[in-house]
Amino acid sequence: METLVQAPAWVRERREQASRRFAEVGFPNTRQEDWRFTNVAPIADAKFALANGAFAQAPSLIAAVKVPGALTLAIVNGRFAAGLSDLSAMPKGLRIAGLRDGARDGTDGLEQHLAKVFSIDTHPFAALNTSHLDDGVAIFVTSGAAIETPIHIVIVTGSDLPSGASAKEGGKPVTAHPRVLVVAGANSQVRIAQTFIGAADSVYFNNAVAEVVVGEGAIVDFYTDQRESLQAYHVANIQAHVGAKGVFASHAFSTGAKIQRHDIGIGLKGEGADCTMNGVYLADGERLLDTHTSLDHAMPHCTSHEIYKGILAGKAKAVFNGRIIVRIDAQKTDAKQTNRALLLSDEATINSNPQLEIFADDVKCTHGAAVGQLDEEAMFYLQARGLTRVEARDMLLHAFAGEVLEGLKIPALREQIETTFFTALAQDVAVTV
Amino acid sequence: MLQVTNLKVRVEDREILKGINLTVNKGEVHAIMGPNGSGKSTFARALSGHPGYEVTDGQVLYNGQDLLDMDPDERARAGVFMAFQYPVEIPGVNNAYFLKAALNAKRKQDGLDELDAMDFMKLVKEKLQLLHVDDSLLKRSVNEGFSGGEKKRNEIFHMAVLEPTLSLLDETDSGLDIDALKVVSEGVNAMRSPVRAFIVVTHYQRLLNYIVPDYVHVLSEGRIVRSGGRELALELEEKGYAGQSAAGAGR
Repeated sequence: METLVQAPAWVRERREQASRRFAEVGFPNTRQEDWRFTNVAPIADAKFALANGAFAQAPSLIAAVKVPGALTLAIVNGRFAAGLSDLSAMPKGLRIAGLRDGARDGTDGLEQHLAKVFSIDTHPFAALNTSHLDDGVAIFVTSGAAIETPIHIVIVTGSDLPSGASAKEGGKPVTAHPRVLVVAGANSQVRIAQTFIGAADSVYFNNAVAEVVVGEGAIVDFYTDQRESLQAYHVANIQAHVGAKGVFASHAFSTGAKIQRHDIGIGLKGEGADCTMNGVYLADGERLLDTHTSLDHAMPHCTSHEIYKGILAGKAKAVFNGRIIVRIDAQKTDAKQTNRALLLSDEATINSNPQLEIFADDVKCTHGAAVGQLDEEAMFYLQARGLTRVEARDMLLHAFAGEVLEGLKIPALREQIETTFFTALAQDVAVTV
Repeated sequence: MLQVTNLKVRVEDREILKGINLTVNKGEVHAIMGPNGSGKSTFARALSGHPGYEVTDGQVLYNGQDLLDMDPDERARAGVFMAFQYPVEIPGVNNAYFLKAALNAKRKQDGLDELDAMDFMKLVKEKLQLLHVDDSLLKRSVNEGFSGGEKKRNEIFHMAVLEPTLSLLDETDSGLDIDALKVVSEGVNAMRSPVRAFIVVTHYQRLLNYIVPDYVHVLSEGRIVRSGGRELALELEEKGYAGQSAAGAGR
């Protein structure tokens, strides 16, 4: 890996530190509280090969999810692919750099922020990613700039087919460690989406990290569309720090992966910051979708709103762990968390665990969890007006997921995700009605 | 239009209807009356196909088709409509969107073109005016947060838009003040026609001052014990349900 050697000293240092850390802790196991329901042995045991940049299917996969009117940033197997990116609508107030080139060229702000938002001590997979820190994208928004053009990061993972193999099997199982850094200056405004995609039914392990720095008074919307291959292992760590009066909204939509683990953490680091952390996921078969969220109310007068919704069919499993920490200084915190899941079969399960740690005394903190089946009285009402059982079910599922999907403020992307979501529903859960 | 023969219905482990016989012809309005627990709502719900109501015996023919063999949505698309006693709140499903889907499901079955948003809104505005229903109901989620009166008006509004052949009104008058009752009744009366029929289930004769029935049937302990004209309802109001036992079982 000659490129790794060429990296500046600070990159090598952070990489080595993470490497040491990962060597110490290794892959997590189910004896650890945070990993109790998610066994990552299939990832640890599989010996994925580190992917190289070549992947012939990448252009067509990127084209399939391209959002009209948005800037497209392509990351193929962890490497920024300038040739597959579309920066033609580059607005003023925005700087975009590939991480490898940016580090080499001394891009302003990179050394200051890259691998600084995450604590590699608490997130083993983030440490693993950082130990391979090599490339990815960095997005810098100039203070005061309101970027109207949405930025769409398409993260593609996979390997080329050996000759004679069928497309369905995919190439040899690879792993990639894509990396995204967003730094939004004070009072700036930006909407960023990341789509994770691979060839249908191909096996790979994608271990992503995104770090977001929301400056004072900045407004950042950050969307994650996880539509990996249904045979893929997908681990993503997303961590944001929000400055005073900053507004950060994370929306995660998950329809893919055999095993997903999302760790989404938001630190409210300045007074009066506000954040939304929403998600909706859909799983069937024997898939496992695990979401761990963490909200750190470190300062007073911050508000947070969190809604996660799941639709589970077949023998799918889901884990939702929603941690909210209200630190001793974080008076007047207003935090609301809701987790709801619909189980469409008897064998689908969810482990839902709110985890509130409150050290301040003048706060408002609410949480609620509800797990249930489709409301049969509502089903009957819709049917009694002439909708078939499948139409009635879809209408109720739309309504259920709609609350979260509505928060997606890039209309073309929302349409795309809604279509994927409800196509997946139609295919996945038709048998359960 | 509708021939009910020896209909027996069980709810959970209890037999509620013990052999109902009833014939409804085009253009007729039949009132089903009876004390609480007599089975009148069970009758309406069984005809609509509610899965909680198990038919154990008997036959129901609707325009020559075996109604009991049809799913609830097939019954609806064939022109059977039930106005619910307790309309269900469905958060997140827009009332207008739902109604358009329901109407187009029926139109499709009837071999008609689906209405687009514009034509649908034109139709809906007409019906809203007819029923004095505020158009804000359209923008809200189905029945969510509606008052009791709004829910019942919304049921009649759905009925007016879907133009069913056979309407089952399950205690539509319960919980309505007199103004709402008039509005609901006007909606039903406006739809009366030689090709439609109504079965009006009610505990009180009050509703029948506004929706004047052609026939009145008294249900007691799961059987129709008396049938007659409108005057039977008036008699019941005077004398109450006491004494209306199986003794005078009528057809």
